[in-house]
Amino acid sequence: MKTYRLGLHVGLKEGVLDPAGQATLQVLHQMEFAATEVRIGKWIQVVIEAEDEVRALAIGDEMGRRLLANPVMEAFDVTVTPL
Amino acid sequence: MTLEETRQVVGIVVFPGSNCDQDTIQAIMDLGAIPRVLDYRLRQLPAIDRLILPGGFSYGDYLRSGALAAAAPIMDAVGEAATAGMPVLGICNGFQILCERGLLPGALLPNPHGEFVCRLETLRVTAVPSGFQGLSVGDRLALPIAHHEGSYRVSDGKLHELFEQGQVFLQYSDPDGVVHPLTNPNGSVANIAGVTQGSVVGLMPHPERAMAEYLGSADGRRLLQAWFGQKGGHGC
Repeated sequence: MKTYRLGLHVGLKEGVLDPAGQATLQVLHQMEFAATEVRIGKWIQVVIEAEDEVRALAIGDEMGRRLLANPVMEAFDVTVTPL
Repeated sequence: MTLEETRQVVGIVVFPGSNCDQDTIQAIMDLGAIPRVLDYRLRQLPAIDRLILPGGFSYGDYLRSGALAAAAPIMDAVGEAATAGMPVLGICNGFQILCERGLLPGALLPNPHGEFVCRLETLRVTAVPSGFQGLSVGDRLALPIAHHEGSYRVSDGKLHELFEQGQVFLQYSDPDGVVHPLTNPNGSVANIAGVTQGSVVGLMPHPERAMAEYLGSADGRRLLQAWFGQKGGHGC
C-alpha cells in the first residue's frame, strides 16, 4: 500500500447561481478589478492508502459521488499526488 | 379514533446540532402521540410507527447543510423504513438531510439574497402527500420559516416530472394562494417549499412552531394532524 493525497475541487455546476461568487464579484468591481465572473468552491484534501494511483483516483471519485459533492448541484474533479 | 386511542409512537432522530427536537416532541405530545428520541448513532430502529427528522444545524452545517447527517449510522435504517412505507417527515434541516440522502428529490442551496429568513409565510397545498387526511389541493397554511439554506433546486429537466407526479407538496404563495415570484422568500425553483416521495415528506416551514393561535398560527397543528391521517383541523 502506498500513501496518496487526494485533492477534490468541488464547485457549483455551470448555470447554478452562486450567491457568494456574485457578492465577491461585486466587491472586486468596487476595488476596480475588471473581473467578469467569480465561482466559489471548496478544496478538500484527503490522505489515503491505496494499491496504486488508479485505485486512489477511483476512491476519490467515489468519495466525491457519495459524500463530498452533491450531484444535484455540484460538480467535482479529483487529483492524486503520491506522498 | 383519536391519536390518544391509537397511541402512535413517533421516533424523533436527534443529530449533533439538532435544535428543534424539543419543540417537535412537545407538538407530538400535544397531538396525543408518544415521542421517542432516537440517537443518530443507532443502527436499528426500535418499535415505532412514524419518524420525524427535526430542524436545526446538524454537524454545524459543515460541508453542506444535512450532508454529514445524511451519512450518520441511523440513516441506513431510516432509508429501509421509508422504503418499507413508514411515514417519514423532515422539517427544515430534516428536509435537507432527506434530500442529501436521496430519499427526496432535489437539493437546498443558500438563499440567493444571502439572508437568513425568519417569518410567517403562506403556503399553498399543491399536492396532498400519500396518507395525509384533511388537507386538499389549494388549501393555504400560515407557517413560519427560519433558514439560510432553503433555496430548493432540482436537476435540469426534473421540475416538470415533479409536478406531473404530484411530488410538489407546498409552494410559497400570497395570502390568496396565488404563487408568483414576489411571494418567493428564498429563490426556490417554482416557489417550492415542500416535496414528497412515497411515504417521505420534507418541508422547509416549521409546523411544530405553529401549534396554537397565540404563536401566530395554528396551521402547523393542522398539518401534523393531516400527517397523522387525522381529519379535524382544530385542537384535539
